Amino acid sequence: MRLADEKLDIAIGRTLQAGVLLAALIVLIGGVMYLLGVSGPRPDYSHFHGVPGHLRTPSGIWHGIMRGGSESVIQLGLLVLIATPVVRVILAGAGFLMERDRPYFWVSAIVLAVLCYSLWHIR
Amino acid sequence: MTTVEFSGLIFLSSLAAGLLGALTGLGGGVVIVPVLTLLFHVDIRYAIGASLVSVIATSSGAAAAYVREGYSNVRIGMFLEIATTLGAVLGAWLTTRVPTNAIGFIFALVLLYSALASWRKKESRTAELRPNKLAERLRLCGSFPSAEGKQPYIAQRVPTGFGLMFGAGTLSGLLGIGSGAVKVVAMDQAMGLPFKVSTTTSNFMIGVTAAASAGIYLSRGYIAPELAMPVMLGVLAGSLIGAKILVHARVNTLRLLFALVIVALGVEMLLNSIAGRL
Repeated sequence: MRLADEKLDIAIGRTLQAGVLLAALIVLIGGVMYLLGVSGPRPDYSHFHGVPGHLRTPSGIWHGIMRGGSESVIQLGLLVLIATPVVRVILAGAGFLMERDRPYFWVSAIVLAVLCYSLWHIR
Repeated sequence: MTTVEFSGLIFLSSLAAGLLGALTGLGGGVVIVPVLTLLFHVDIRYAIGASLVSVIATSSGAAAAYVREGYSNVRIGMFLEIATTLGAVLGAWLTTRVPTNAIGFIFALVLLYSALASWRKKESRTAELRPNKLAERLRLCGSFPSAEGKQPYIAQRVPTGFGLMFGAGTLSGLLGIGSGAVKVVAMDQAMGLPFKVSTTTSNFMIGVTAAASAGIYLSRGYIAPELAMPVMLGVLAGSLIGAKILVHARVNTLRLLFALVIVALGVEMLLNSIAGRL
């Protein structure tokens, strides 16, 4: 049982690593697009206005990518990144279910519910 | 300064922050926020947005390596994540309401505390094996590899640890950091878990905790893509290099030097927030 645990943990770890690499790659592509397209002085971040609305929701980000917006590509990479821990909780919960560890299946479900509550803000 | 130069400088600073964060065990986020606000005059809300993203990258990126060592405990981590994620939601909510100077002040205190905590001697003491009814029922136990074979351990003071984890989650959501130092205190000091188990399980939990506030940050417009891009890539690269150096070199002098740098950043941030300049 302990061995199965470890195998599952390693599989989860690898999945997370792949997710981070994918996210970093997308962010890098968006970053290169951004740097090739900009000119002029550095942006001013000293006053907080919040980023434009279309960079705050998945649908807005998707439309931005369709228009070729580099910032939307970066934001997509960040969405993939934010998804990696969520995937981890789902995989761990599935693992507990396979081991018939019901209490910990429910523990995972509670954590997932809290994550979904937070992510529900960006719908 | 042009945009390209600015992005390049942010990348290099983030690389250094990631390296420093890995070598001191504090994480890159706690270093990059003061650098962005004090050196680059970035509003602290954009700074913690970019930092939070880099915290997820570092935690998820190192997960495979930590699991392979066989120290992290998925059950303990998942159980305590109930507390940290709920705390993170509260923290992210607070961030949108607390004035920035107050955020800066709390940040400076956490920074100074973390630097002091990293000085503490990290010796693996023998794990507590006193039977604990609540921990047994929740299966908050395990064993870790050591020179004398598998060493069993079981958690103590579960409610205290759970409460501290809620606090760690709140700080994480409020400040956009992993708050690994507080998480380790909760597991190592309060719950009496072996140090290696505490640090690796903490790293595992940091990403999930940060993701719980990321949705709120994103919807509030705290995550600026052009700024988060060099920060995330830099901190990730720096922390991966730092983890490699850690394996190969004795870093005690480096660690002391870096802790001093962090204390200096903390004092500077404290003064700035009191003067109302953040």
